[in-house]
Amino acid sequence: MKILVCISNVPDTTTKITFTNDNTQFNTAGVQFIVNPYDEIALSRAIELCEGGKGTVTVINVGEAATEPTIRKALAIGADDAVRVNATPRDAYFTAFQIAEYAKANDFDAILCGRESIDYNGSQVAAMIGEFLDIPSISIIKKLDFDGTTATIEREIEGGKEVVSVTGKFVASCAEGTAEAKIPNMRGIMSARTKPLTVVEAAAVEELGKVTKFETPAPRGAVRLVPAESAEDLIGLLHSEAKVI
Amino acid sequence: MSVLVYVEQVDGKFKKSVFEAVSYAKAIADNQNTSLTAISIGNVAEGDLKELGKYGAAKVLNVANDQLKTFVNQAYAAVIAEAATKEGSNIVVLSNSFSGKGLSPRIAVKLKAGLVDGAVELPNFDGGFSVKKTAFSGKAFAVTSLTSANKVIALNPNAFGVKENPAEAVIENFSPEVKATDLTAIVKEIVRATNKVSLPDAELVVSAGRGLKGPENWGMIEELADLLGAATACSKPVSDADWRPHSEHVGQTGIAISPNLYIAIGISGAIQHLAGVSSSKVIVVINKDPEAPFFKVADYGIVGDAFEVVPKIIAALKAHKG
Ligand SMILES: Cc1cc2nc3c(=O)[nH]c(=O)nc-3n(C[C@H](O)[C@H](O)[C@H](O)COP(=O)(O)OP(=O)(O)OC[C@H]3O[C@@H](n4cnc5c(N)ncnc54)[C@H](O)[C@@H]3O)c2cc1C
Repeated sequence: MKILVCISNVPDTTTKITFTNDNTQFNTAGVQFIVNPYDEIALSRAIELCEGGKGTVTVINVGEAATEPTIRKALAIGADDAVRVNATPRDAYFTAFQIAEYAKANDFDAILCGRESIDYNGSQVAAMIGEFLDIPSISIIKKLDFDGTTATIEREIEGGKEVVSVTGKFVASCAEGTAEAKIPNMRGIMSARTKPLTVVEAAAVEELGKVTKFETPAPRGAVRLVPAESAEDLIGLLHSEAKVI
Repeated sequence: MSVLVYVEQVDGKFKKSVFEAVSYAKAIADNQNTSLTAISIGNVAEGDLKELGKYGAAKVLNVANDQLKTFVNQAYAAVIAEAATKEGSNIVVLSNSFSGKGLSPRIAVKLKAGLVDGAVELPNFDGGFSVKKTAFSGKAFAVTSLTSANKVIALNPNAFGVKENPAEAVIENFSPEVKATDLTAIVKEIVRATNKVSLPDAELVVSAGRGLKGPENWGMIEELADLLGAATACSKPVSDADWRPHSEHVGQTGIAISPNLYIAIGISGAIQHLAGVSSSKVIVVINKDPEAPFFKVADYGIVGDAFEVVPKIIAALKAHKG
């Protein structure tokens, strides 16, 4: 079986988020970029499913050459080969379109994404790829079994879960629980340098919208401390002052 | 031009987030001097459909098709896009729920519409159409300007509130044809813990971290949550250690929430945790370490041992409720 895993290049989770150019651009100065943590989960599950010669895992990233260290990290974790679509990922629509184009030209049995990217928090790419390819998409999954033909998937729903069965090609976006993120070992890191990384050019896509400005949340006021001895006072404060209970 | 709102049902009932999406869509429709149509898929009783009028829906398209009883986003997206075309709606609104997240991107592609998910405010119509949404897991907001003729907006739970705006809802049956190829993902089983408040929608959340020492100590957390009618949540190491299910993990790599009240017990307040919870309206922190970073973003704080403080709060709450 052949699995395609979509990898997004995102700021490390500890990054303090700031903007430049009158709050119109994300400030990348000094920011460390990583494989989107949810994509790492998707990748780890794909590798598990293909272990023992059962299949191959290709990772795909839409990004400029600067994202190659992130792609190499995915190869070090265990992907067999990688593709970079040479473009700045404008938005989810653009990204999903490029990935769908690649998937159309190269036959995959399943496409896995992370549930969302931790930068723009769009949970859009997986379902958009599904629509571009006219195949099922199952979003925010917690469990995936797949033999190359039939998949059994657990999906998160409000207050519970749903078990979904799909036969044929599908796209799924993975959340925590689908797999434990794998850490690259020395052999993985060494072999990642020589694994194939193909660069393809992007196809033209119309622009439907764009981010025009960023804002940061208003700073919060100072904490009001309630002494532990009179912890019960908290209830009165939440009731009559904060009016939330 | 008109506005269409998708009203998601759960076991034939609408949740608060649906009334919120209808209220939000109504405000957009009013601004555009147009009417609001809702579309419901699944078997919802007429009385419940009528109730959508209370929040501003003038018309409700009711799709009662047994093939669509359970959620299949491929088929649902096709039905909603068809409804938008039929109604001449160039703005489609839905909740940014688990299902909404799987649905809105497909609708957007079908309609060639710009999509804003995680919307937190009404659109700004001044010289265009821009919507503010959460970004960087709550560490910032991104104002997204849509230039396409069609637009899809997925509204974050608790971002707008429910606003009554009475209209008489006319119910109209809508029976679009459903392609067999849109129904290949089959729901085999649904498991729902009916007695629990769902975390993404919850107005009140009680959350606990590694400071609780082990899963056996969650009894007091659940008791406090039950008394408040709150959902329970946890920090990442807690779900990683299987003390609590992954579905309770909040933060940058968990669920991002913005309840009215977030009570964090024995949680340090690491940047990744704060990322997903800092837009909560009121934050209460209980931690024995006065230097815990969480106190910097808290509205109310108690420096003390959770095992002594929480029982006191539970007792006070019981007395308060009388
Ligand atoms: C890529 C990445 C993503 C991450 N994503 C997330 C995420 O989404 N969500 C998340 O939560 N974390 C996330 N983390 C982990 C995060 O960095 C912290 O490790 C985590 O939030 C700490 O959890 P904690 O506060 O429960 O535990 P600890 O850091 O162990 O803190 C426990 C706290 O409990 C207090 N305490 C101890 N005993 C008591 C007591 N008896 N009474 C009261 N207080 C007590 C201590 O003073 C301490 O402040 C992520 C980390 C990485 C690297």
